[in-house]
Amino acid sequence: MDNVFAFGAASGQAGRVDALFLVIAVIGFFFFFLTQGILIYFAVKYRRRRPDRDNETPSITGNPLLEFLWILIPTLVVVFIFYYGWRVYTDLRVPEAGATEVHVNARQWMYEIKYADGRTAINEIRVPASKPVKFILSASDVLHGFYLPDFRVKMDMIPGRITTLWLQPDRPGQYQIFCTVYCGTGHSNMLAQLIVMPPHEYAEWVEHGGRDEAGERGEPLHERGERVVKRAGCLSCHAVEGKEKIGPNFRGLFGSKVPLEGGQSVTADEEFLRESIVDPGAKVVKGYPNVMPTFKTTLTPEEVEAVVEYLKTRK
Amino acid sequence: MESIGQTGTDRHDRGYLAERGWRSWAFTLDHKRIGAMYLWTTIAFFLIGGLFALLLRLELLSPQTRYFSNHAYNVFFTLHGSMMIFLFIIPAIPSGLGNFFIPLHIGARDVAFPRLNLASYWIFAAGFLVIIGSLVAPMDTGWTFYTPYSAKSAAAVTTLSLGLFLVGLSSILTGLNFLVTIHKMRAPGMTWHRMPLFLWSMYATSIIQVIATPVVGVTFLLLAAERLLGVGFYDPSKGGDPVLFQHFFWFYSHPVVYVMILPAMGIISEVIPVFSRKPIFGYNAIAYSSLAIAFLGFLVWGHHMFTSGMSPLANTIFSFLTFFVAVPTAVKVFNWIATLYKGSITLESPMLYALTFIFLFAVGGLTGPFLGALATNVQLHDTYFVVAHFHYTMMGGTVMGFFAGLHYWFPKMTGKMLNEKVARLAWALIFVGFNVTFFTMFIVGTRGMPRRYAEYLPKFHTENVISTIGSVVLAAGILLMCWNFLQGLRKGAPAPANPWRALSLEWKAASPPETENFHEIPVVTAWPYGYGTTKA
Repeated sequence: MDNVFAFGAASGQAGRVDALFLVIAVIGFFFFFLTQGILIYFAVKYRRRRPDRDNETPSITGNPLLEFLWILIPTLVVVFIFYYGWRVYTDLRVPEAGATEVHVNARQWMYEIKYADGRTAINEIRVPASKPVKFILSASDVLHGFYLPDFRVKMDMIPGRITTLWLQPDRPGQYQIFCTVYCGTGHSNMLAQLIVMPPHEYAEWVEHGGRDEAGERGEPLHERGERVVKRAGCLSCHAVEGKEKIGPNFRGLFGSKVPLEGGQSVTADEEFLRESIVDPGAKVVKGYPNVMPTFKTTLTPEEVEAVVEYLKTRK
Repeated sequence: MESIGQTGTDRHDRGYLAERGWRSWAFTLDHKRIGAMYLWTTIAFFLIGGLFALLLRLELLSPQTRYFSNHAYNVFFTLHGSMMIFLFIIPAIPSGLGNFFIPLHIGARDVAFPRLNLASYWIFAAGFLVIIGSLVAPMDTGWTFYTPYSAKSAAAVTTLSLGLFLVGLSSILTGLNFLVTIHKMRAPGMTWHRMPLFLWSMYATSIIQVIATPVVGVTFLLLAAERLLGVGFYDPSKGGDPVLFQHFFWFYSHPVVYVMILPAMGIISEVIPVFSRKPIFGYNAIAYSSLAIAFLGFLVWGHHMFTSGMSPLANTIFSFLTFFVAVPTAVKVFNWIATLYKGSITLESPMLYALTFIFLFAVGGLTGPFLGALATNVQLHDTYFVVAHFHYTMMGGTVMGFFAGLHYWFPKMTGKMLNEKVARLAWALIFVGFNVTFFTMFIVGTRGMPRRYAEYLPKFHTENVISTIGSVVLAAGILLMCWNFLQGLRKGAPAPANPWRALSLEWKAASPPETENFHEIPVVTAWPYGYGTTKA
């Protein structure tokens, strides 16, 4: 599926965009080889052979017919490309009826997902295959982007405005979502996944309330915490170890002495970690920007507890 | 033109360079010295901006940030973009080569307002000093300053806006000066249609500078008001609109891409006839297409905003208008190629760069329709495809045109000849390095890699490594070219007044020209492209 120039189109719309791309590419290559071929041919054929006869080149200063043709032909070609591009674009913009609606709000540096029935998620959107999906996009702080390369679509996410985007995934799979409007330090870590599920699996997932296999029997709390950390987008800003991202690293955090803004310091115990998740502005670690959003509503108290247990294992 | 090679004075004295000492430069009213100061300054910023580009390419060797933090990477691409755009590519050809050659081309002793011209340079200098001052809290907003991020950023956005405001003011004054100069100072007999095409393109450029630049000045003032006074022009919580900033910004910054490219096109129109020994093909078409591009350039800014939530109708209209910019541009390319027909062509370095301009600019131009067409724009916008496209037009186009001009006019400006062998070697490195660096970006962009990413998915690794290797070759070529310029300045062979046997008026002045250019104001009786079999 992955070839040099593109990747497999994941929807019928994307296939039509690829067809347009290909047509423009063929036209482009044709005119490139035509003009540059003539240029190189002339440069070789008419290279100076007799310096003494330099002054005998013909005095050609123009040709009205040629000028007319090379105004007319490019005009026709570009009008055609415009028209073709506009037709495909119209398909991209007008949603099919009965689309599943998913609300996506962007903030530095995560996507907050809200489904019609009130379920929420972070950085992970689940939709059924073969049904149209409409994304209702907004942003809380600065401009963000919502780009699905496999579907050949993107839309900006703008504070104070609602923008929309729709697509109809052909088949199940996991597809990348990128932020494409520069939004600050964590811009390139602002990634999400679109998980397209077979319709029956999706129905089952909706039944279970969308909290992915929450509290499976016998699963240790810290393992569940690890899953929550991945799902909630914590890793966009917190590295486990190695080079620091936006916030403090996870390894060695629990139990350490943490200096705070304002000069005090505190031991990173269970309560400090819990508070830092549900009310991050309360105690800001010295030297880090106060940009983390609260997870009070996006995570249940049990999930927060699981995350704390996970952090305790990162010694 | 029976007197080719004997016109002007072949004295190898230092001409306008005779006077020494910093005062003779800082307070000079000579358009040639002011042009030379612009050239030194802009080339210095070109090299600094290029250094930032190399740091970006170094970091992109690995998918995870390795050498710098994400923030440092963001600062580097912001500085690379803003220095290259505002301190190099906008002023380099108009204010540098334009200042030097507009009066010489029209047979005048100077520009219309020499003191204003000097003021332009010093306002520009004040601007770049303020910009350098803003580095205490370096910008990380990208060169486009999109709000609300730029309104909230802790960086010295306000200081930088002030610096850019000054640079813009300098640009307006220079444009105004050139417009009046071209209207009022032409030598007797120099009708509009006997003007070298470089002047037509500089005329079109100056119109854009005078009309468009005030808009960006206002935009920056509003941004400063938002940051300092809390006026919410762009803040939705106060009834403003962040997209308004984009409209203002591109209303200037789109026309200004023609400020960048038109002067380079003017240089190509000068160089090709000289090295083909043929009259330029389609003089009127090339001249008027410059004006058409300047006009159309004001109507297409919305094509930077197809995914910004603008209405589909507005998107459609902007897309339609955008495509028409392609027509006058294509007309120029066809006419240049037709000029080669039955010529007597030599490939000295100015001609090599001019043909390279046509070649690379064709790639940039023909990848434009992918971005002008709505559906493919939605796919490719804000990916590396766009980065590749504008580097092919701006670097493959404008910078190659600038290099063509530097090699073409080096003997005139300095009175010294360049080492042609070294010049060609540098050209080969630049040509190969450029294509390896930037063609790869078309591929990685089509595969979906977004721009302005400090870290990227491992599947884009190969392309990024290739691109970085290309950038090293490109940098080596540019350094070699600069070394050749310095060697030429120090110990180049003395240049005759007219080494290329060209017919435009600057070659009738000495190399380097005297302070007031001409002993006697020349009387013009023919157009400057009468090469080959003599014909009126």
